[in-house]
This record gives sequence, C-alpha cells and structure tokens, in this order.
Amino acid sequence: MISSIIFVIILAVGVGYFTMNIRKTIRNIKLGKPSHRNDRRSERWRNMTLKAFGQQKMFKRPVPALLHLFAYLGFIIINVEVLEIIFDGIFGTHRVFAPLGKVYDFLIGFFEILAALVIVAVIIFWIRRNVIKLMRFQSPEMKGWPKNDANLILYFEMVLMSAFLFMNAADHKLQLLQYGHYHFDKGIVGGFPVSSHLMALLPDVPHTLELIERGTWWFHIIGILIFLNYLYWSKHLHILFAFPNTFYAKLPPLGMLDNLESVKKEVALMMDPNADPYAAPADDAPEPERFGAKDVFDLQWINLLNAYTCTECGRCTDVCPANQTGKKLSPRKVMMDVRDRLEEVGKNIDKNGKFVDDGKSLLDYMDKEEIWACTTCNACVEECPVENAPLDIIIEVRRYLVMEESAAPSELNMTFTNIENNGAPWQYSQMDRLNWADEE
Amino acid sequence: MSEKIKVRTMAELAAEGKEPEILFWVGCAGSFDDRAKKITRAFTKLLNKANVDFAVLGTEESCTGDPAKRAGNEFLFQMQASMNIEVMNAYNVKKIVTTCPHCYNTFKNEYPDLGGEYEVYHHTELLQSLLDEGRLKVEGGEYKGMNITYHDPCYLGRGNGQYEAPRAVLRQLEIDIKEMKHHKENSTCCGAGGAQMFKEAEPQKEEIFVKRTREALETQPKIIATACAFCNTMITDGIKHYNKEQEVKVLDIAELLVDKIKEE
Repeated sequence: MISSIIFVIILAVGVGYFTMNIRKTIRNIKLGKPSHRNDRRSERWRNMTLKAFGQQKMFKRPVPALLHLFAYLGFIIINVEVLEIIFDGIFGTHRVFAPLGKVYDFLIGFFEILAALVIVAVIIFWIRRNVIKLMRFQSPEMKGWPKNDANLILYFEMVLMSAFLFMNAADHKLQLLQYGHYHFDKGIVGGFPVSSHLMALLPDVPHTLELIERGTWWFHIIGILIFLNYLYWSKHLHILFAFPNTFYAKLPPLGMLDNLESVKKEVALMMDPNADPYAAPADDAPEPERFGAKDVFDLQWINLLNAYTCTECGRCTDVCPANQTGKKLSPRKVMMDVRDRLEEVGKNIDKNGKFVDDGKSLLDYMDKEEIWACTTCNACVEECPVENAPLDIIIEVRRYLVMEESAAPSELNMTFTNIENNGAPWQYSQMDRLNWADEE
Repeated sequence: MSEKIKVRTMAELAAEGKEPEILFWVGCAGSFDDRAKKITRAFTKLLNKANVDFAVLGTEESCTGDPAKRAGNEFLFQMQASMNIEVMNAYNVKKIVTTCPHCYNTFKNEYPDLGGEYEVYHHTELLQSLLDEGRLKVEGGEYKGMNITYHDPCYLGRGNGQYEAPRAVLRQLEIDIKEMKHHKENSTCCGAGGAQMFKEAEPQKEEIFVKRTREALETQPKIIATACAFCNTMITDGIKHYNKEQEVKVLDIAELLVDKIKEE
C-alpha cells in the first residue's frame, strides 16, 4: 500500500515536471514567426512515416543506422514493459500481464533480446565517439556539454537496460525457488533468453534476491522518469520532436527559397507609378518588420523546432563542402547556436515573466565568417535524418546582415551594384549581352 | 563548328508580330564569360538543328537576381524579378529554357509567387525530349568505352531533383558514365553557388573546387561532363590546379552533343 502511494507520487512528479518543461519548450518555439506548413498534407504524413518512423535517411549510412534501429526499437517496444511496471506499481501487483500466457513469455523474451541489442548498440556508439573518435564527433562545437550530453545518454541507456535484465534474472531465480509471491502456479512466467545467463551472477539467498529484484525494479522505473526529464536539457529530445519536425519539414524542391513578404510590399510600392514616395506612414501603421533574422524571434517557428530536434549527429557538417575544406561554417553549429540562444531567451522569460532585452542576439553566437562561407548547396538539408534545414537559417541571417546592416563582404556589395547598374553580377554592359551570337 | 548560328531576339519577332514557342534565357555566364559563351553557342546550334522555334531577350535580358537572393539581398532579387517578369509577360512568354541551373531554379520555384508563371526547362531536359522525339538524332560511338564522369550541379540535382535528364542525354551518346563517389543527391558542390562565385572564399585549407575535382579525377576521366557554366568554370580551375589540362576536358552536355548530331 505505502509503496503504491510512493510510486504514484514519484510517477506524478516525474511526468508533471516533464510536462511543465515541455510546455516551456513549446512556448519557446512559438516565439518564432509564422511558418506556413499546413499545405501538402499527404506528402507530410508520408514524410513523417518514412523519415521518422521508418528512419529512411539514417540508412544512408548503414552501420550506424542498424545500431540506431536497435536503440529505437528497444526504446519504443520496451515501453510496453513500462506499462506493466506502471500497473504493478499503482496496484501493487506483480507481473500483471502474466495471464497473457505464451504471448507474455514471448513478449518478455523479445524485450530481453532488444535490451541486449540496445546494450550492444550503445557500447559501439560509445566506442565510436570515445575510442575511434569519429571525425564528426570531434568538431569544435562538440567540446564540453554536447560531448558529455551524448555520453550521458549512452550511460543512461546502458544502465536502464542492465537494470531491466538483472531485474528479470532475479525474478526468474525467485520463481525457480518458488519464493513468496514470485511463485506462479503454472510454473515459470516470462521468457528469459538473455537474463537466464545472468542468474549465475546473483546470490542464492531468496531475501537478497528479492532485494535485488525490487531494487532494480524501482531503479528501472525511476531511471526512466529521470531520463524522460533529462530530455528537456538534451539533444535526445529528438526522440519526441523528430515526429512533428519531419511532418512540418521543408518539402522539395529544396532549391526554393521563400520570397520575403515584407520585401514584396516594398517592391510593389516602388514599382507602383502612383505611389507617393514621400508619403509618411499612417499613424496606426505597425512597426516595420525587420528584414531577415538577427535573433531567434525573427526566425520562423519551424527553424526553432528544427533546433530543438537537432540531435547533433553532425552528418550535415560532415557533408558540408565549406566545412570539408576547412572553413569555419558547420551547419550543426548553426542549429546548436539557435537552440542555445533560444534557451537563453526562454530563461530570460522564466525569470522576468516576459522577454527583457539582454543586449544580446543570435549573432553573438555566430561568426559572420561562418554565415558567408555557405554555398547554399543543400547537402546539409538533404543529409539531415530528421529533415532540418540549416540553410534556411543561414539565409535569414544573411538577409539581416545585408538589408539591415549593409554588412555584406565588399565583393558581394560590388556584385549587388553590378546587378543594379548593368543587370549582371559582373561589370559587363547589358548592351553586350548578345555579343556571343556573332563571335566564334 | 564555324557555321553561323541563327538567333533572333524577342523584340525582332514581336516587330513581325510573332511569338516564339520558347524563350532561351542565356544568363550572365552564358552571355559574358568566354568559356560559357561556347556552351551558349553549342546549345543554340542544337536548337537550330532541331528547328526549335526560339528567341532570346538579348540586351533586354538581365540578372534573374539569384546571386542577390542567395547572398541575402532579397530586395534586389525581388526588384530584378519584377522587372524580368514585366519584360517576359509583355512578350507573352510561356516557356523558358536555360543552360543555367541557377536561373532555372529561380524561374521555376521563386518567380511564380511574384507573378511570373512559366514552364521552365533546363537545357538538358529540353535536349532529352528533342532526342526522345527524334528531332535530334545522334551519331554515337565515339565516346563508347571512354571514361566520362558527370558532375551534378546542386541547383539541378539536389535543388530540383533532376538527376536523370543529363544522364539520359549522355546515354544517348553511348556514354557509360563512371560515377564519382558522391553523385546524385549525395553530390558535392563545386563551390560556386550561393554567390560564392563572386567573392573570395573564407579562410580555408583548400578550395572546394579542388576537392571536387580531385574526386572527379579519381574516376580517371577523359572528360568531365557538367550541366552548369559555373560548375564548368570551377572544375576547369580544379583541372588547372592539378595540371591536367592536356589529359582531361571539362565539357557541357550541350558541347558533347553538338558535334554528334546526324545531319539530315
């Protein structure tokens, strides 16, 4: 009885605290400008099914894809087991789904195999990051917290899966000893293809075994709740956000950039021969919108959702031609910068009730050198397993730098002048446009 | 290749009360860059050979605004777009073909929203359909067994999903393409896009075009085929970097095709 009450309290606190934080995250995402992503819905459903559920893009790189698939299936399927844990916890039962009989034996056995595969996958992931030191995990932006975050996730998964397996091993042994409520009339309940090999590691004293079984049971469920709450601080948030993120993702053609609405109005006015160039804005005219993005508020909410969904795998940076040739640009860092700044803004709002100017902006996180190195080739967008579009953010920042600060590199300013004056990026006369036809 | 090419302007045709079937948008590189002009001429010859009813804007053509847009100057882009759309709509343009994937992408994806709705073709797409329809016939054979690789321009390939048309034209020439390690959607950029063509690169270990050319050279090519004047410039620079000008040619698909057309 008391344990049921304690369980319910822990569960409520765990889920409640997570809900509170996720609501903050959603509030932060909504700080972005509108993004029109409700079109082409059947394509969007398809995209989510293939890319998030089906992990299609992961399979561009088969080895990590397979390992990730183990972890992903383990995560989704073992959650069925969590359901049983919750029932048992609330009602003080033991293995409440056991009456399912053979199905139950199969399920538990299946979970155990998945748990073992998760452990194998996670160990290999750890080796890739820390021993083999794969290039894309060694970039400058991966120092400090991002590195620790990645390893912490791996430790969490290792420990949680081990707890699950040892819990079953202890339970199995107690069933064999026909001890107390662990004894089922119909014999052994559950399939233990993996944990039966761990039994030898456990003592034979029933009382100690019970302690181990209970201990790992509580450890497992509390661990899961801690992990759930950890998501909020972690790149691991992708396990939830990958779904909406792929749904609202940029759909092909990738080459298309949106035409800025605020500029459309200005251009229409300039092209209108009847417009009065000296007209003062109406008194009730809204504050003119900023061109491009100086801060997270100027980005669309989809860019902000992208940033929270980014799992820092670095495939974007790996395929970025600018990064490959030693330039400072890293599309992954662009995503991380947006999230870092957005979280800073979020904390500001938590503290002050609303955002109070802190004299900072997204541009304090980025270097102009990064922004100008992009060739807009879309390799990063194509590569991203969760369908992020770092390029859209880079373009928004360029728009701000050019149209609000006139801070383009000088050669580009010359290019602009040429386009304005002679209709070509180079300084050739428009009158010579047809010379090619007479030359040989 | 010394035959005189026939090219008329929209203004000339309009004066005669005519409208061509398709506008050939030449683009800045195709108009001014000496290397790219050869591509323009090759494609024009192909249009002539296939008896395509086309015209160019000539001195009325201007920048599409693509480099301005990708460099963040949305204002300049939209100004250019509005002016071009005004010109093209005045001539009642319905179809556009261009040898430049950047112009192609901009017309196809970004002009419609600003009032410029056209059927837009990249020259490799038009060439593929001219070959399919039998309006162009090739005398193949010469390239058979030769190592030829193809570099996907970002704005044709990843940007617009067009990987097939250029390859189909190459296959018509009996070319068995030796693909680079990174091709189609995984292709690597030549380094020119996003207005990089018009500025120096940021501090770096090497130029992007050198890296891409190195990958192309791994296929031991006699010819590197491209479908973009900017890619052509970049990879040609890469070939110079590796002192391979004697061994390796960088040619546009139109140039590969133009000499191999069966004269009727």
